[in-house]
Amino acid sequence: MTDRYVDLVNTPLAARLAKALGLPRPSVLRRYTPGEALATKPVLVAGSGAGADALAEVILGWDVEVRRHVLPGEKLSAAVVVLDAADSPADLSAPLLELGQAVKLLVPGGRVVGISRAAEDTSDPARAAARQGIDGALRSVAHELRGGATANGIVLRGQTTTTDPSTIGALRFFLSGKSAYVDGQLIEVQAVPEDSVSDVAAATAAEGEGVPDRPLDGRTAVVTGAARGIGAKIAEILARDGAHVIAVDVPAAGEQLAQVANRVGGTALQLDITAPDAGTRILEHVGQRHGTLDIVVHNAGITRDKLLANMDAARWDSVIAVNISSQLVMNEQLLASPVFSPTGRIISLASTSGIAGNRGQSNYAASKAGVMGMVRAQAAAFHGGARTINAVAPGFIETDMTAKIPPLTRQVARRLSSLQQGGLPVDVAETIAFLASDAAAGVNGQVVRVCGQNLVGA
Amino acid sequence: MADQAHAQTTARSPRTAVVIGGNRIPFARSGGAYAYSSNQDMLIAALDGLVARFGLQGERIGEVAAGAVLKHSRDFNLTREAVLGSALSPETPAYDLQQACATGLETVVGLSNKIKLGQIDSGIAGGVDSASDAPIAVSEGLRRVLLDLSRAKTTQQKIRILGTLRPKDLSPNAPGTGEPRTGLSMGEHQAITTAAWQITREAQDELAYRSHHNLAAAYERGFFTDLMTPYRGLVKDANLRPDTSVEKLATLKPVFGKELETPATMTAGNSTPLTDGAAVVLLGSEEYATAHNLPMLANIVDAEAAAVDFVNGEEGLLMAPVHAMPRLLARNGLTFDDFDFFEIHEAFAGTVLGSLAAWEDEDYCKRVLGLDGALGSIDRSKLNVNGSSLAVGHPFAATGGRIVASLAKTLSEQGGRGLISVCAAGGQGVVAILEARN
Ligand SMILES: NC(=O)c1ccc[n+]([C@@H]2O[C@H](COP(=O)([O-])OP(=O)(O)OC[C@H]3O[C@@H](n4cnc5c(N)ncnc54)[C@H](O)[C@@H]3O)[C@@H](O)[C@H]2O)c1
Repeated sequence: MTDRYVDLVNTPLAARLAKALGLPRPSVLRRYTPGEALATKPVLVAGSGAGADALAEVILGWDVEVRRHVLPGEKLSAAVVVLDAADSPADLSAPLLELGQAVKLLVPGGRVVGISRAAEDTSDPARAAARQGIDGALRSVAHELRGGATANGIVLRGQTTTTDPSTIGALRFFLSGKSAYVDGQLIEVQAVPEDSVSDVAAATAAEGEGVPDRPLDGRTAVVTGAARGIGAKIAEILARDGAHVIAVDVPAAGEQLAQVANRVGGTALQLDITAPDAGTRILEHVGQRHGTLDIVVHNAGITRDKLLANMDAARWDSVIAVNISSQLVMNEQLLASPVFSPTGRIISLASTSGIAGNRGQSNYAASKAGVMGMVRAQAAAFHGGARTINAVAPGFIETDMTAKIPPLTRQVARRLSSLQQGGLPVDVAETIAFLASDAAAGVNGQVVRVCGQNLVGA
Repeated sequence: MADQAHAQTTARSPRTAVVIGGNRIPFARSGGAYAYSSNQDMLIAALDGLVARFGLQGERIGEVAAGAVLKHSRDFNLTREAVLGSALSPETPAYDLQQACATGLETVVGLSNKIKLGQIDSGIAGGVDSASDAPIAVSEGLRRVLLDLSRAKTTQQKIRILGTLRPKDLSPNAPGTGEPRTGLSMGEHQAITTAAWQITREAQDELAYRSHHNLAAAYERGFFTDLMTPYRGLVKDANLRPDTSVEKLATLKPVFGKELETPATMTAGNSTPLTDGAAVVLLGSEEYATAHNLPMLANIVDAEAAAVDFVNGEEGLLMAPVHAMPRLLARNGLTFDDFDFFEIHEAFAGTVLGSLAAWEDEDYCKRVLGLDGALGSIDRSKLNVNGSSLAVGHPFAATGGRIVASLAKTLSEQGGRGLISVCAAGGQGVVAILEARN
């Protein structure tokens, strides 16, 4: 299940060989460790205007060296390109060419983050062209980066500023090791009223390394499908961040589920999420033990692959039942219950197969695209309130599920992304923990891909 | 009447002890899924499942009490060792208890009494048994020789001692369920009782069938999802035969009572098989449960142990609960009519049916139990409603924990009062009352 190629190609001899043969040379990604520094080298804040100036001030406050222009030969940890004021495509030239100089100076595991506004929020064609143009440019840069560096974007909705807590929360996520396998993604953020989520400012306007170590302290989180794979890792990361985790999985997986619960200091709840009263039973459990349910991660999922021509009803229906119908029913029960917090978070597992489609996965892709549809509709209903719902779409992640893929296909699938490797469950888990935190209070209705910018589903 | 009785039963205790929940591993047939699991492995698995269910990681529990009937001498501190191997706080004290098949129930009684007295606030009671990993003792002859050898000083002495060893001394003593004082196996003892009470083959097979049927239905309802944690790939009791029928059971050959004058009626179908498994129950004071936001399934009201003289007297080996029952009911001012659920451990179908017959027999109740008349009869629809040992299997010391947790859950769902009866080797037995909380 481990990707031996990444280990191998990072030994000196093999690295030279791979280079000579033109083989992919995936890097060991910079992943988060508690207490990590956001940037050990200076951070470039490119772009002009009030938004860029204000953001540079904020970043300075983090004990990070900030440059407004590239200094020849000086290494950079990250380049933040602030383009919120772009009015026409011509405005992109200077900041992006500056970025072009910066990417050559990025350290391994460096970060490019673009900050722009949503094309949907303007009726001016030139402005919309500029905004949409940034999208294309950033995704291209992501393809060009090497050494485990990534490029992502933050899209400000409405009147959101470059220094709103929501913007800062997303920026810190992208700069950190938590986003190691998130590449070529643009996340929309919305300013949130300060009083709706009391801790947004505390969670994001950090001084130095003062960001709360345990951003989910005191929260209760339900993770379905937590007995193994990505779900087990989500349970672990949410617990690391301070949440009390209720680990849910089918009774048959009870032994592993208990081990996960005991490892993370949570509780095990044996439950088939397709049971009509699954949500109610979760609410009863959480209501009695904790009073409030803050976070729900719909992670349980199955695949029953077959070409549509050979598909039978059992395969089709079970995938739809587990991967999407169960979530719809559970969400209804959650939203009708006083136990589900007024600032509750729902995070649902989609898949890149649901974005691009995948041969042999019409049922699975229907369920996962369905998740995205559900998330967007529910997010619209949450709009203006303090609850959020988002989807995370993993690409190729090294788990038991992908271990079932035939070896050759698996090797190819791994190399298909800009980062030239499969992701790890922890990469998905870190993104989910971010979406569950106060720092993501302004992120709603998004589908965040954790796919290393897989070519599939672009 | 029920209300008055309720007031009586709970008023006497200084504090109330409640069942918070339970956990067991599915029971396996001997030599099956747990063939290579030790008692300690299984007890740890049962404890860890309980810890996970109730979020007790690192908690210091007041006391853990458990035991095993078939126990290796190295396991003198079995329960404490299991605690140390579990996710509980290593500062949790534990003790072992052994009362044959009543071990599990007796641990519940002991810890609930400590809770009632305020000596502890929480406790985990239970038991484990492996018929697969049973201790095998060396013969008495070999044991004497080995002990003498260790005391011998000279080589000459050692040679002389070794010379006394006989070939038969080298074959090990397999553990038996035979009674030391009568040499009869438990099944043969029960066969005598079964015959004495004229329990028919049909009635025994019918009880066995209902046990499987009720257990299968309980699984179907998802009754065990919060009472059980799978272990070693086993997700259900291996002994369960959901598709068995009275007709199929009728085809089995009798295994016990073949030496008696009456026709032999006891088969492998209406007797419990050798089984491996473990079960534990979380107990606490009401204050403990409330402070920890934990459920309270039922109150542990009272219990009574009894023993009978099956060696020189007339009474059957497994009839002790029959004697304990009237004493327990009298002390609590209750009759069978005050109960909604009966859990009578099915060591053999004949044990259950013999007990029921005895309580219904006026002459026996007067003569042997010293009552004014028959103790009463039990409505069969209230008996072992979620299956019992014939279907589940019977890892001796684990059965009490299984019964207490299942009955407590039933009471929390349906209300009422429940009566437990467990027979044990050595002519002993324990009976107990649980009560719903509303
Ligand atoms: N591994 C990948 O590359 C990948 C890619 C895209 C999306 N995903 C999605 O991520 C999620 C987790 O994937 P994984 O790779 O860890 O899978 P996995 O098969 O390793 O684990 C899934 C877990 O869900 C549980 N589950 C299944 N049906 C259930 C039900 N009805 N009720 C309760 N629990 C149930 C399973 O028992 C299992 O423990 C899934 O939704 C999957 O579709 C995974």
